[in-house]
Amino acid sequence: MTAPSTPPASSTPPAAARPPRFRIGSDRIGELRTAIVLPLAAVVLAILIGSIFIYAADLISHKGAFDFLKPITAYAALVKGSILGFDPIVDTLKQAAPLVLGGLAVALGFKAGLFNIGVQGQFLMGVLGSVAVGVALSKEPVWIAAPLAVLAGTLCGAAIGGLVGVLKAYSGAHEVVTTIMLNYIAGNILAAFVVGPLRVPRAPAPVTFGVGNASLPIFLGKTGHVGILIAIVAVVVIWWILYRTTFGFEIRTAGANPEAARYAGMRPRRIIVLTMAIAGGLGGLAGAGELLGVTHQTQSSFATTVGFDAIAVALLARSNPVAIIPAALLFGAMRAGAGQMQIQAGTPRELVDVLQAMILLVLVILPVLARRLGGRGARVVPAEAQTITKSYASESVPS
Amino acid sequence: MDTALYGIPVLGILFQIGGYLIAVLPTAAPTILAAATPLGFGALCGVACERSGVVNIGIEGTMLTAAFTGWIVAIASVGILGKMDPGPLGITPALLIGLVAAILSAVGVSLLHAWLSISLRVDQIISGTIINIAAIGITGYLNNVISAASPTSAGQFQKVVPPTVLTDLPVVGWLFEAVFNQGPITISLLVCVVVVQVLLFRSRWGLRTRAVGEHPKAAETVGIDVIRLRYRNVLIGGVFAGLGGAFMSMELSNAFQANGIAGRGFIALAALIVGRWTPVGAFGAALFFSLFLTLGQTINFLPPVGDLGTIVKAIPAQVFSALPYIATIVVLTGLIGRSTPPAADGRPYEREATA
Repeated sequence: MTAPSTPPASSTPPAAARPPRFRIGSDRIGELRTAIVLPLAAVVLAILIGSIFIYAADLISHKGAFDFLKPITAYAALVKGSILGFDPIVDTLKQAAPLVLGGLAVALGFKAGLFNIGVQGQFLMGVLGSVAVGVALSKEPVWIAAPLAVLAGTLCGAAIGGLVGVLKAYSGAHEVVTTIMLNYIAGNILAAFVVGPLRVPRAPAPVTFGVGNASLPIFLGKTGHVGILIAIVAVVVIWWILYRTTFGFEIRTAGANPEAARYAGMRPRRIIVLTMAIAGGLGGLAGAGELLGVTHQTQSSFATTVGFDAIAVALLARSNPVAIIPAALLFGAMRAGAGQMQIQAGTPRELVDVLQAMILLVLVILPVLARRLGGRGARVVPAEAQTITKSYASESVPS
Repeated sequence: MDTALYGIPVLGILFQIGGYLIAVLPTAAPTILAAATPLGFGALCGVACERSGVVNIGIEGTMLTAAFTGWIVAIASVGILGKMDPGPLGITPALLIGLVAAILSAVGVSLLHAWLSISLRVDQIISGTIINIAAIGITGYLNNVISAASPTSAGQFQKVVPPTVLTDLPVVGWLFEAVFNQGPITISLLVCVVVVQVLLFRSRWGLRTRAVGEHPKAAETVGIDVIRLRYRNVLIGGVFAGLGGAFMSMELSNAFQANGIAGRGFIALAALIVGRWTPVGAFGAALFFSLFLTLGQTINFLPPVGDLGTIVKAIPAQVFSALPYIATIVVLTGLIGRSTPPAADGRPYEREATA
């Protein structure tokens, strides 16, 4: 509405101008096929591209003769460390839990037409909230301490997420820039608290006390903590909100067509703030789960790549809350097996980051190419996400 | 009455802050301009892209790629050419080869962004984000592999030493110091900003760029090839991002750090918005942000004295590290709605169906 110079013709999506390639009725099958075939193809291609990087590492580090089978050795170790045996599987589940929650945080944003790159910061705030309350309640009974610490982490994440929503809703500052700035700010906030009030007195390096009784109970093997179950519950809850509540309907409408949502009397500002707060809460929950379930204490910085991993999970799952679980399991398995790969094959564990990036790249390019070549391919990015760039470049403040 | 009483110490502190800034700024000025260099080049990249209607969130990743490529190619060149004595400004053939490689790699990444967002019409922000993720992953992996061999750095560009006749001038001497006591990449930024500003508003290329960014259909009607122009502009942006990345690993320091751009690509985007999509404006905004970037560091090794010093000491150091990011959000929040992007920014262009 604020761009009068744009002719009406260009505001309709390009796809509408073309003759429909899908036959009505086969939509669902086509949808199912893209949901399964496309991610699988992306993973396979990424593994192939990853082999080049494994060769490269081998060549650069000059360790002995050129090993043609090196990728197979490396990938075998990766698989062995992630799914062969009970402990590796528990490890995979543990690695997948924060990815599920982070992936949900990104996917929920996508559904509302928001791009949440701020999972990193939300996660760190979750770490901060849960360690602060966890340490304070470390002597209380577990059924009081753990839930309150989890709640504190979630609320801290929701606060920073909600702030992004407020900035967007009331000043138009795009979430892509504000979330990234807040990621750095959150890192500094966590450091300030761990160096300051939360620091163990006279400890040589800044570190907090352990959370004691606020730790999440173990229910699987030696280390499988309740955070895994929390992640599954979160999937169900988010699915239910999105598809079974009025608010979820509003989120999806606002994401798919903000104009229509406003016309129907929905309040975009409220939707933006609430969606970002819930997404932030999910990110915070991920951080709380990692702290209370895995590390139990933190140093002044908390090493994690969850922010970008979460985007990868959400894109691979095409923002479908249920599909987030297999996507997170895939990346979780890669993270779990990365250590084995480094030890057995000498391939740096960062290969997982390369694989992840390649999966995303293939995932975005493949369907478009398939469509170009005349085949049937669906958008990998949900239709709602098409409004992200539009809102970035719009001068309007949502009203 | 009460508020008036509170007013006096607040005024006093503000006065002290002003005094501290006046005392520190002349000394910090060269550092501020140097810190503005990656932001300025990033913003120029944004100007070239967004003025023609392509949003580029991937500036961060593009600069990271350039920083890594320049660094490693320079090292490899030393390995092939052998070690040479640096000429003026620390220039060696290896460094120059590295610089060219950095620019080429950034242009390559930009070509990927152009292909994804202009030809394939993938959502431009998704495309940029994937570039960022891929750049962090790939440079992190390769850096890890290479660092294991602990290579010797190929050195870095050195600063110009301005004549003391100029720098000793009263009142304005520090300005000469700030502008000319810099490495070649920083000085080239000043030239680039002026040149792009003039070209954008005074040349045929600039007029066409702005036309395509505002109303591509009209531009196409008068015979401008929208797709080609957008490609060209994104690639030109890549050159700037390449210089910004090379600055980080070949002029500011002599080493590559994993994820070493540390959000500067995004601060550059904010500078672009604050500077209203003009080169000079964006550069001004970049200077403003780098003031905070520098102040956050200066305050630690050159703390103010008196009441202000006591206050500063009571504030955790992390607050000052977070200053540039906080400033970005605050300025961005206050300015949106008063800063108008090119009308077709972020909208993929599709020719009228011909078949």
